[in-house]
Amino acid sequence: MADINELKYTYSLRLADNAWILSHRLSEWCSNGPFLEEDLALTNIALDLIGRAQAFYNYAAELEGKGRTADDWAYRRNERQYYNNLLAEMPNGNFADTIARQLFMSVYEYYFFMSLQNSKDETFAALAAKTLKEVKYHIVHAADWVVRLGDGTAESHNKIQQAINGLWMYTGELFDTDETDIMLSEQGIGVDNQSLQTLWETHISEVLEEATLKIPEAEYMQTGGRQGIHTEHLGRMLGEMQYLQRAYPDAKW
Amino acid sequence: MVSAAYTREEILQLLSQIADPEIPVVTIQEIGMLQDVHITDDGCQVIITPTYTGCPAMGIIEADVKALLDKHGINSTVKLVYHPAWTTDNITDVAKEKMKQYGIAPPVHSGCDVAGAEAHIACPQCGSSSTEQISRFGSTACKALYKCNECKEPFEYFKCH
Repeated sequence: MADINELKYTYSLRLADNAWILSHRLSEWCSNGPFLEEDLALTNIALDLIGRAQAFYNYAAELEGKGRTADDWAYRRNERQYYNNLLAEMPNGNFADTIARQLFMSVYEYYFFMSLQNSKDETFAALAAKTLKEVKYHIVHAADWVVRLGDGTAESHNKIQQAINGLWMYTGELFDTDETDIMLSEQGIGVDNQSLQTLWETHISEVLEEATLKIPEAEYMQTGGRQGIHTEHLGRMLGEMQYLQRAYPDAKW
Repeated sequence: MVSAAYTREEILQLLSQIADPEIPVVTIQEIGMLQDVHITDDGCQVIITPTYTGCPAMGIIEADVKALLDKHGINSTVKLVYHPAWTTDNITDVAKEKMKQYGIAPPVHSGCDVAGAEAHIACPQCGSSSTEQISRFGSTACKALYKCNECKEPFEYFKCH
């Protein structure tokens, strides 16, 4: 059996990657929001996610014990070494695409961290409790918008429905369960990922129904992110994100 | 540098003067971030609980703590702890009153329902509860934007957390 610290390290790194990649996507909205308050909202959420990423990278560093820092993971890995869910790296698209991605991710995170706050690992439990408070705001923000767009004009309705349909194939991966998940879940340290699927589906259905939107038919689900096999979008994103550290290694502010 | 001349209580006393970089009218002690001080062989370790995980003020607070103790010849390290998680209930009543005077509506109880209880926050300027939320996200992660229907002033509300 794999060493428990190694499992926790992998787990922490994945959680950090999800938060880090999604935060970068949201930060791309900075100064591009549809209006000032929404610009602030999206970048505020990005900030919460950066903080979360840093906390989980720091914990991964502590577990690994090789003196690596959050910056090493953020700026010095290639795409195959990232373990985020594919949904997190999906491009911002139009505002509806971003909001649909926010709804799918936030609802998943809500149930995930709700469960993780009972972890037998004190750090996971504490970080989960903290994250949960922030995610509650993210969910309300995304769900409000989905309803407003879905139950809005014909154009906004179509755009959010297309966004929901387009991203649907990346939602199945959120509930992927591998050996690390199973072993940590059995020990009461990690979350039983599969058990979250019904909760997620029910929650999403309720929001979509209120928004007069259709739930896409279950089809093929694309996976691979957690094994480091990503869509073409991640590489381009890293190219921009890592440019400075790659061009001027160890550059200091 | 040694801190033999200072006790834990004295160091806490020194640190209790450090102001929050975002809301300078309250201190890091009043807001509930300053948790403890441990005396170590070569100085001390200061225990801080972050408010929001991504709060940029954390870096400044860490630097302020080190600079202040340095001035007193005390070698220090800062440790961030997430357990128990910080909540707005840790903010003292005195600090809440100071926030209000400063123009920021203080948080309601953290057990509140995010969507419901924060609908009618009293205006810090005129006290009216006829207010409207403009955005759940404000100039910093911890605040939301409101406007008062009575005195027409916009104001910030420190979200319950």
